[in-house]
Amino acid sequence: MSRVTRFAGRDPGATARMAGFMAHLRENGLRLGVQETEAALTALTYVDAAQPAETRRALKAICTGCKDDAQQFDALFDSFWMDAGRVRTKVMPKRTAPSKGDDSVHSSRNAKGEDAGGAGDATAPEAGQGEAENDGEGKLIATEMRNLSRRDLRDLIQPEDIAEAEAIARRLGLALRDRRSRRRVAANKGDRLHFRKTIRRSLATGGEPIRLIQRKRPDRSRKIVALCDVSGSMTVYAQVYLAFLAGLMRGDFTADAYLFHTRLVRITEALRDKDAMRAIGRMSLMADGFGGGSKIGESLDTFAHTYARKFVDGRSVVMIFSDGYDTSPPAHIDAALATLRKRGCRIIWLNPLKGWRDYQPVAAGMAAALPHLDRFAAANTLADLAALEMELVTL
Amino acid sequence: MTSWTDLQSALAAENYVASDDLAVSLHLALSLQRPLLLEGAAGVGKTEVARVLAAAQNTKLIRLQCYEGLDAAQAIYEWNYQRQLLAIRASSEAGETGKQVEDRIFSREYLLERPLLAAITQAQAPVLLIDEIDRADEEFEAFLLEILADYQITVPELGTITATTVPTVILTSNGTRDLSDALRRRCLFAYVDYPDRETELAILQARCAGIETRLAEKIIGFVQTLRKEDLEKVPGIAETLDFAAALMGLGIADLTADPAALQATLTTLLKTQSDRAHITTEVAQRIAGKAA
Repeated sequence: MSRVTRFAGRDPGATARMAGFMAHLRENGLRLGVQETEAALTALTYVDAAQPAETRRALKAICTGCKDDAQQFDALFDSFWMDAGRVRTKVMPKRTAPSKGDDSVHSSRNAKGEDAGGAGDATAPEAGQGEAENDGEGKLIATEMRNLSRRDLRDLIQPEDIAEAEAIARRLGLALRDRRSRRRVAANKGDRLHFRKTIRRSLATGGEPIRLIQRKRPDRSRKIVALCDVSGSMTVYAQVYLAFLAGLMRGDFTADAYLFHTRLVRITEALRDKDAMRAIGRMSLMADGFGGGSKIGESLDTFAHTYARKFVDGRSVVMIFSDGYDTSPPAHIDAALATLRKRGCRIIWLNPLKGWRDYQPVAAGMAAALPHLDRFAAANTLADLAALEMELVTL
Repeated sequence: MTSWTDLQSALAAENYVASDDLAVSLHLALSLQRPLLLEGAAGVGKTEVARVLAAAQNTKLIRLQCYEGLDAAQAIYEWNYQRQLLAIRASSEAGETGKQVEDRIFSREYLLERPLLAAITQAQAPVLLIDEIDRADEEFEAFLLEILADYQITVPELGTITATTVPTVILTSNGTRDLSDALRRRCLFAYVDYPDRETELAILQARCAGIETRLAEKIIGFVQTLRKEDLEKVPGIAETLDFAAALMGLGIADLTADPAALQATLTTLLKTQSDRAHITTEVAQRIAGKAA
């Protein structure tokens, strides 16, 4: 039997099918416009469109925009064109497509990134609703369902907190500003003469350099990368930290944020949503396993070997929000932080327990981490975080 | 109209083994005259694609290497201030009027072409390689959008310079930062991964003429297994070629015969101190044993 999908006789033709395919891709998280549909149709005239493999390659070049899309594409193509589609409800071919929850994460991270195949899909039809619900128009969703307990983080965080946190994040960002850029840029007040610009301007005065233009070293901001532990023992502090992360993302466009419990999830893109509460909602979808156990060492290790390779450099400050209670051996944390350190970044560990009187970092994980840290501080409230500003200036 | 397989064989004639996915993407980029964004780890041959494509099409390769702080003056055009200045000095002695001088010093003669302007003013469409676009600032990326969409550049003093030919644009990115959606949407996309065993073997045989098949297979087996180890810097194709050249130069035909010699040649594959420490002689022998 042919593996090619047979379309109904009333189907109006190739253009409509292509539009249908684009809609199918959009439903599965690829961001495509009308222009792409047009480009896709044009592209098919340059390859042998009767050959599924060629069509697949051509459409892949047009419709994908990053590595995640590219990895997801083959399954989506099969489900629409190759008779694996036309499914009435939810089930799709076996593969691990990234969830819709992180559809906007356009990073080119390694395939090892732990959140691939993470959260289930909010728009996938519910299982067990019975045949009555299935009218044959069910969406083709190429993701696997994962039934994990999910928590709506919006219950935890108030908009006022985010506004306050945003202000704090901005101030911290300023405090971390590094004033040593090696390149100089033109400026009215600077320490050196900008020869090229001076000569350029002198043309207006017949070659006499009347107005001298200076150069100076511009401010170079440090980039904040925040990793927040959201395991069970951290739940009470999650409110503060998540507000801080949300504020940070809104106040500082270079910042990067991650959550971890038993695995690591990048939440940067989700948090950049213009609507703060919607951002938190999107994040909730990714935060499956919130309040569960914590594998700090493994999460940090994943981070050091995947995202950090791309997003962390000598100008980054990595902030880790965690109490250090780890279920895996402390050697993991030690090794992960050592790897991370090699990237030249500063590491700050904010431990809510440190605010307690007589607290000693005796938890094995915390003790293993200490030698690698530039700062080890307490931060139980937004006010504590704000107070860190002075300390960070000296980093 | 040629097909993508023709392009693939044209690239093969230049000793570049392109995967089917990549060949179709390149073919579409040429046919649709759209820029092509290549993404992938360092050392998988992204930059090489552009060089080989230019050679296969017998046209010029214009390369723009991006870096942090790259600005329009360095990428598009700049006035030749020194020459303009001299012209002003000389003209004041010759007694030219201000208008005449102005017309002269703001002509194409005094314009220094940088890669982007050069790319659109060629008689024969060149290949424009914008290398490591993720290193450039976001402002520059936005700036590029305009040029890639219209293929025209406006010089305030001269007016708009429209492309005489539309260059084949290839952008590469290592993913050190997220590129904007706007840029991604204007480009076709291909992800270039480390090649599989057969492809890499084909590359090795194309580049190292006269290598024994048995040795080539062992080398590829070794490198492919090595890539699965926990390394800081995973070796790319260029490293594989260096490794093969080193083995051939030392006359080593069997990877397991002389552990010390193999260890010495690993300098071509391992580029950090910790990777070297990680791949000890025993580990290297284990990998070589598996590869054989």
